[in-house]
Amino acid sequence: MEAELIASLNKMKAGEAGAFERFFALVEKRILTFGLKVCGHVEDAKDIMQETLLSAFKALPNLEFKDAKALNVWLYKVAKNACLMMRRKSAYQPEQELSLDQFMPGKGSEGAPIEIADWSALPDELLLKNELKEIVRRATLSLPQQYRLVLVLRDMEQLSTKEVAEVLDISEQNVKIRLHRARLLLRQELERHLTARQSATHH
Amino acid sequence: MRSDQLSCREIFERLSEYIDGELDAKLCECLDEHLQDCEPCLRFIATLRKTVELCRESGTEVLNESLFSPEEITAFKAAYEQAARKLLAQPGGVQ
Repeated sequence: MEAELIASLNKMKAGEAGAFERFFALVEKRILTFGLKVCGHVEDAKDIMQETLLSAFKALPNLEFKDAKALNVWLYKVAKNACLMMRRKSAYQPEQELSLDQFMPGKGSEGAPIEIADWSALPDELLLKNELKEIVRRATLSLPQQYRLVLVLRDMEQLSTKEVAEVLDISEQNVKIRLHRARLLLRQELERHLTARQSATHH
Repeated sequence: MRSDQLSCREIFERLSEYIDGELDAKLCECLDEHLQDCEPCLRFIATLRKTVELCRESGTEVLNESLFSPEEITAFKAAYEQAARKLLAQPGGVQ
């Protein structure tokens, strides 16, 4: 998909017929869904797509990318900046730090082993799948933005640690720290939901 | 969670790196050793892996059709062409 993106960009720059529409469709596929995961609303995601394209157009005709991955990283970077701009305009959650300790399983009573439920082997039923997707979506949106961006880029858009570091202008170590905390929060939400679900079916 | 050479907190802090295969070899060895007989840690890792898997799955959902109208796309195209002309007109612009 990345190779296709850079090919359509080059065709668009050369003024080939239909190339703009192809480039637009490819960018929309990634940036609109990225915006949707980060903001949660279609209208906001469309605004992010619009801001991303308008900023990109100001530079794109003059930019050369050494490879398709570089173009991909550049696009996400422009989109991330559009998200941050949007955030300033609206009333999102305040930025806050997630601490490791809040997710660490408690010590239990003196000497007692810690009980951790194993829900990793879930039945493959559609209803449950959709429920869990909704939990993931909501939990992602509840994350402070600095964690949410890392989680979306790394686990959902599946960029590498190095690429996420480039998009967000932070160190790879910082990507790993934020990613881990974001995953811990999601894990906690899934666990809460599944435990409640289980006790509801048992009563 | 038991602790051997590494404290529980140290292990807990590195679990994502461990499941991503990004942990350095020495720490990975320590963790493997710890996991041999730590049931709570194993369960925690299994559920963390599942969490990541669910994230990946929800990330692969794609748009089936554009959310923009043909008129909107035409307007974007005009904005692109205008920006490209402007850049080309600048000294040092791509010929």
